[in-house]
Amino acid sequence: MTTRYSALSLFKEGLAGQTGWQPAWRSPEPKPSYDAIVIGGGGHGLATAYYLAKNHNITRVAVLEKGWIGGGNTGRNTTVVRSNYYYPESVELYGLAHRLYEGLSKGLNYNVMLSQRGMVNLCHSTAEMEIGARTVNAMQINGIDAELFSPDDVRRVAPIYNFSPDARFPVFGGIWQGRAGTARHDAVAWGYARAASRLGVDIIQNCEITGFIIEGGRCRGVQTSRGAIRAERIGMAVAGHSSVLAAKAGFRLPINSYALQACVSEPVKPILDTVVLSPGCGVYVSQSDKGEIVIGGGLDRIPSYAQRGNLPTLEAVIAGVLEMFPIFGQLKLMRQWAGIVDVVPDSSPIIGESPLPGLFLNCGWGTGGFKAIPAGGTLLAQLLASGKHNDISRPFDLDRFATGRLIDEAAGSGIAH
Amino acid sequence: MQLFPCPFCGPRDETEFHYGGDAGNVRPDGIDVPTDRWAGYLYLRGNPKGTAREIWVHMICGEFFVMERDTVTHKVLSSAALDGEHAA
Repeated sequence: MTTRYSALSLFKEGLAGQTGWQPAWRSPEPKPSYDAIVIGGGGHGLATAYYLAKNHNITRVAVLEKGWIGGGNTGRNTTVVRSNYYYPESVELYGLAHRLYEGLSKGLNYNVMLSQRGMVNLCHSTAEMEIGARTVNAMQINGIDAELFSPDDVRRVAPIYNFSPDARFPVFGGIWQGRAGTARHDAVAWGYARAASRLGVDIIQNCEITGFIIEGGRCRGVQTSRGAIRAERIGMAVAGHSSVLAAKAGFRLPINSYALQACVSEPVKPILDTVVLSPGCGVYVSQSDKGEIVIGGGLDRIPSYAQRGNLPTLEAVIAGVLEMFPIFGQLKLMRQWAGIVDVVPDSSPIIGESPLPGLFLNCGWGTGGFKAIPAGGTLLAQLLASGKHNDISRPFDLDRFATGRLIDEAAGSGIAH
Repeated sequence: MQLFPCPFCGPRDETEFHYGGDAGNVRPDGIDVPTDRWAGYLYLRGNPKGTAREIWVHMICGEFFVMERDTVTHKVLSSAALDGEHAA
C-alpha cells in the first residue's frame, strides 16, 4: 500500500502494476459530533481543517461540502498566485499566503505545481506609471518583492503584446512581481484534502447545511441533509453563498454575490510564460501548463447566483484579449464558466467571529480567493482553535464596517470592483 | 444579451442598466442614529438567492426604478417606477 508520494513510490508502483495506490482521502459517514466543523469543502475550508489538525492538534474535525470538494470557486478561478497589494494589512495577509504557497507542495506531499513565472500589471499612461511607482514603493516598504518595469522590460517578458504604434492601450511600463505565478487549482483542494484526511479530518461531501443549531444564543451545530452534527466551534468558508448561510443563522453580511467569468482557449505551443494584466483592457492572461490560454476579466455587473455568466461581459473580455494580443485572433475558445464571488465594499476579506457566537467567518475574498487559500485556512483555524484573532486577521474582522476602519484595496491596488 | 424592462422606455439591453442596491434600504433619518443602524444602511445586504427586489437605474433615460428578479435564473418578475417608500 502506497501512502506517501515520491519518485521512489512512483517507481515501485510502476513495477507493481499500479495496484498499491489508495484513494487520496477517506469518505466516512458523518459522526454526531466533532470538536470543530468547517462548512465548505473548497480550498479555504479544506485548508482550515488541515491547519486545525496540523497547527493546533485538533483532529476531530469535519468538513461539510454541499457538492464535491473543489467544485466551487476553487475549481473555477484562473489559478494566479500573487501578493501585489497596497495596504500593510493586505500585504501581511496575502504575503503570508504567498509564502505558504511556496512550501505547499512539500508540506502537503502533493504537487500543487506552483509556477513562479512572474506577473506584470501594465501601465498605459504617464499617470498610470506614477500610480505604478507608488504601488511598487508601497510593496517594497511593506517587504514584498516588486519592480517598476520600463517598456523594454515589458517587451522582454511579453514580446507578443500589442506594441504597435496605433495600439489602443500603449505600454508605458508596468508593475512586476517576480514571485507571482500560477498553481494547479484542483491540486490545491486535493492536496489539502488528502493531507487533512491523513491527520484524521472527516471530509463529507454531498452534505448540505439546512440550518444552524442555536442554543442559549450560541451556535452549537448544524442541521444537514445527512442529519444533525454538533460542535462547539463552527467555521464557514462558502464564498458567494455566505449570505445564504448567514440568513439561516439570522444575520446579514456586507456582501453582494456576482458571477465572475473566465475562459480558456484550445491548447497551443508555449508562447506566453508570464501573467499579463492590462487595466485598460480589463483583462489578464496566462498560459496553462497544458497550453491553453487562460483568460480572466472583471465581474458581471448583475448580482447573480447563476454559475454561468452573461454574454456582454465575455464579449468585452474577448475584445480586450484581442487588443492586448492580436496574435490570438484565430484561437478557438474551448471552455467558458463562472463562479459566484462574494464582493465586499472595500474589496477586502472578512475573517472573524460572526454575530452568532460560535460561528466564525472566512469570506469576502471576492475575485481573489484562490491566492489566499493557505492564509485563509491558517487564520480561520487559529480563530476556531483559540477563539482569538491572529494579528494578521484582526484588521479584517466584521467590526470594521461599524468602526469605519475599511481596508479599501479597490482604491489601494486597483481591484476592479 | 438579456433585455431588462425600463418602466419608462420598455425592453432594453442589459448593458444600459446599472444596479443600485436593495430596494427598501432607506437612509436613516435624524441626528441620533446609532452606529449599527448606519452600518446596516451603508453596508449590510440581503443578497438573496432567488427572488430579489432591487433598485436599478436605466442609464439612458436616467430614471431609477424597482425591479424584481430571480438571481439564479435571471428571470425578471416585475419592473415599476419608484414608489413612495424611496421618495425621500
